[in-house]
Amino acid sequence: MERRFVISPSPHVKDGDSIQKIMYAVVIALIPAGIGGIYFFGLHALWVIAVAIAASLGAEALFSKMMKRPIQLQDGSAIITGLLLAYNVPAEVPLWLPAIGAVAGIGIGKMAFGGLGYNPMNPALIGRAFLMASWAVHMTVFRTAPKGGTLSGIDAITNATPLNVFKGAREILTNSVNYSAEQVTEATQAITQLYNSSGNLFWGRVGGCLGETSAILLLLGAVFLMYKRIIGWKIPFAYIGTVAILTWAFGGTNGLFSGNPIFHILSGGLILGAFFMATDMTTTPVTFKGRLYFGIGCGIFTFVIRLWGGYPEGVSYSILLMNLATPLLDRYTKPKVFGG
Amino acid sequence: MFRKNSFSGGTHPHDEKQWSSAKAIEIMPLPETVIIPIQQHIGAPSDLIVEKGQTVKKGQALSSSSKFVSVPVHASISGTIKAIEQRPHPLGANLLSVVIESDGEDSWISDFKEEPDYFELDVQQMKQRIADAGVAGMGGAAFPSHVKLSPPEDKNIDTLILNGVECEPFLTADHRIMLERPDEIIKGMRLIMKILKIDTGYIGIEANKPDAIALLKEKVNKETGIEVVVLEVKYPQGAEKQLIKASTNRDVPAGKLPMEIGCVVQNVGTAVAIYEAVAMQKPLIERVVTVTGTSIHEPKNLLARIGTPFSELIACCGGMKDNTAKIVNGGPMMGMAQLTDAVPVIKGTSGILVLDEKTANMQEENPCIACARCVDVCPMKLLPNHIASYVEYNKFDKANELGIFDCMECGTCSFICPAKRHLVHYIKLGKALINEQKKAV
Ligand code: SF4
Ligand code: SF4
Repeated sequence: MERRFVISPSPHVKDGDSIQKIMYAVVIALIPAGIGGIYFFGLHALWVIAVAIAASLGAEALFSKMMKRPIQLQDGSAIITGLLLAYNVPAEVPLWLPAIGAVAGIGIGKMAFGGLGYNPMNPALIGRAFLMASWAVHMTVFRTAPKGGTLSGIDAITNATPLNVFKGAREILTNSVNYSAEQVTEATQAITQLYNSSGNLFWGRVGGCLGETSAILLLLGAVFLMYKRIIGWKIPFAYIGTVAILTWAFGGTNGLFSGNPIFHILSGGLILGAFFMATDMTTTPVTFKGRLYFGIGCGIFTFVIRLWGGYPEGVSYSILLMNLATPLLDRYTKPKVFGG
Repeated sequence: MFRKNSFSGGTHPHDEKQWSSAKAIEIMPLPETVIIPIQQHIGAPSDLIVEKGQTVKKGQALSSSSKFVSVPVHASISGTIKAIEQRPHPLGANLLSVVIESDGEDSWISDFKEEPDYFELDVQQMKQRIADAGVAGMGGAAFPSHVKLSPPEDKNIDTLILNGVECEPFLTADHRIMLERPDEIIKGMRLIMKILKIDTGYIGIEANKPDAIALLKEKVNKETGIEVVVLEVKYPQGAEKQLIKASTNRDVPAGKLPMEIGCVVQNVGTAVAIYEAVAMQKPLIERVVTVTGTSIHEPKNLLARIGTPFSELIACCGGMKDNTAKIVNGGPMMGMAQLTDAVPVIKGTSGILVLDEKTANMQEENPCIACARCVDVCPMKLLPNHIASYVEYNKFDKANELGIFDCMECGTCSFICPAKRHLVHYIKLGKALINEQKKAV
């Protein structure tokens, strides 16, 4: 019989990258920050990470089965969700908390929409928002001081994270008539010390969520992902740049342009959020301008929440809000066709 | 003058040209049988003028065309017409083909010599000779050449660009033609410039062919108005609009042809065919085909008669390995997979690619993860991910809004997609379905 050959659409050669390779590269990029978390906050952090990953994988397998869809654990995306969720909770939380968060994130945030590629919002952030709504105290009270440092990163205050201290002190300084002279002096000193503590913030010797505190370890991973062209510069730079400009211009206590952008860039979850969550492919725009606007939008929301919102930190909600705007951003930033 | 010799977007597949780029063009032995489909070009089919049982000479016309956008086909060997029937065609489906059995003589219908004063012919005569010789674009698309050389009166053509880019991985036919037939290329180019009444011509070559660049630069040194342009190695540098952008920095308006901005693009192989058609009235009966790929024993550049079955070219290259899975007409990015190796070489067959199981292995399609790589590489600045999804969900008007018809089907988006989405396939399908809908109303 005449030999028959394979028929398939062109192109007949393909780039070697795959979803799986991309996802595992992100996992690798997140590892240094996880090791940092374990080092600074103790071995319990390792269990938090392990439980979050296990619960993510388990939830994905379970929901896939219930929905009669192929189980695709090997693509690595559930591991990322687990890791990010663990990095976004305090290191000392009871282990059931990350487990529930992971199940909620995968279930509500991902599988309910049809799985990888169809979710409009970042599943890890959905999980985190779920935990915030249900167990706010567990999520917002930080007790573990990092190894070799204090919770706030400064010596004078030991019971709050840097952004908490900042928010409290700024509240006093911007409404000084309502506070005693002593309180005002203390607040002034606290802010000055915070602004001088960037070394601690950079290395991660401050309190905060498990994987968000060490800027250097997160940046290590980010540089790797940028080198591998898995994340671009547009979203993180637009995001961080916007926060920097706004906090410098309006975030100070002595009128315009008295803020300290370095403090704001390094504290809280901005680095983790900007490089690892605001860059989640599925939930962010695909166009050049769309990605810029996405980053700028995240920056504006983060700034507003940090200075005037009910929480000291606003990275997660900012990204979730902008995730919702992604389809619109794509639609209105369609590039001009070549020659059009 | 500052000139950016590239375009924006694009990608870098492995070029894989090393297998055959140093191999001189080899003349294939005379085939015993040729299968000549009466339509090998874009446009109207030509009308058959021969009958079964008739004897034909090499170069004799088998069909004639009364339509303008059409060219005839010719016998590529001498012999007897054994059958006129439907045969598998490399561009899909079966098509009416003339099957000629060789008489072993290989005798020409006339002796084709360069006429001494061919350059003085009048332009109309030149175009007629090109049409009669059946010349159609040899870069792959096979558009009748005389049509491209007859722009409407109101278009002010001022530049010819000869396409020697050959940006498809694996293929080296044009590269070899530039090395081995540079004088004919330039003669053909002069003819085209005369026909179009222009004095500026560029030869665009990718920087990965330094020997061809050096040779042609040396040749055009003596010529006025012809310049070799070195282009960045990037796929699809040889696509018309991208080539024009890179060589002249002009943008062809979306939905328009290059002539809109005064440019005509012809492939280097076509220039040789045009020279032979005008100077010798020699019909297009053979072409250079790169036979290559991961599963061919000995990759080669062959001068093959039109109508020679793929199987014979493959045999001429030591045959294919046992792990062969796929045979492609053309290059790996835009070529078409073949069900059988019985299909014949046609005017647009720039290469035959024989690929192994691993290369041909169809990876399963995954959902789009919106990584935006396809958007970043699309040379037409489209949103391939969104267009493909709209087609998938039958939202054709949306796909149309996003410029589905501006897609040139270069395949760059599918190549880069980590989810292995068949983006171009959806886009081609969408175009076909939209056209059908249009016809229906
Ligand atoms: S959408 Fe069309 S033009 Fe753009 S990369 Fe894909 S095939 Fe090429
Ligand atoms: S390259 Fe593939 S996965 Fe990435 S956006 Fe385009 S279609 Fe989606």
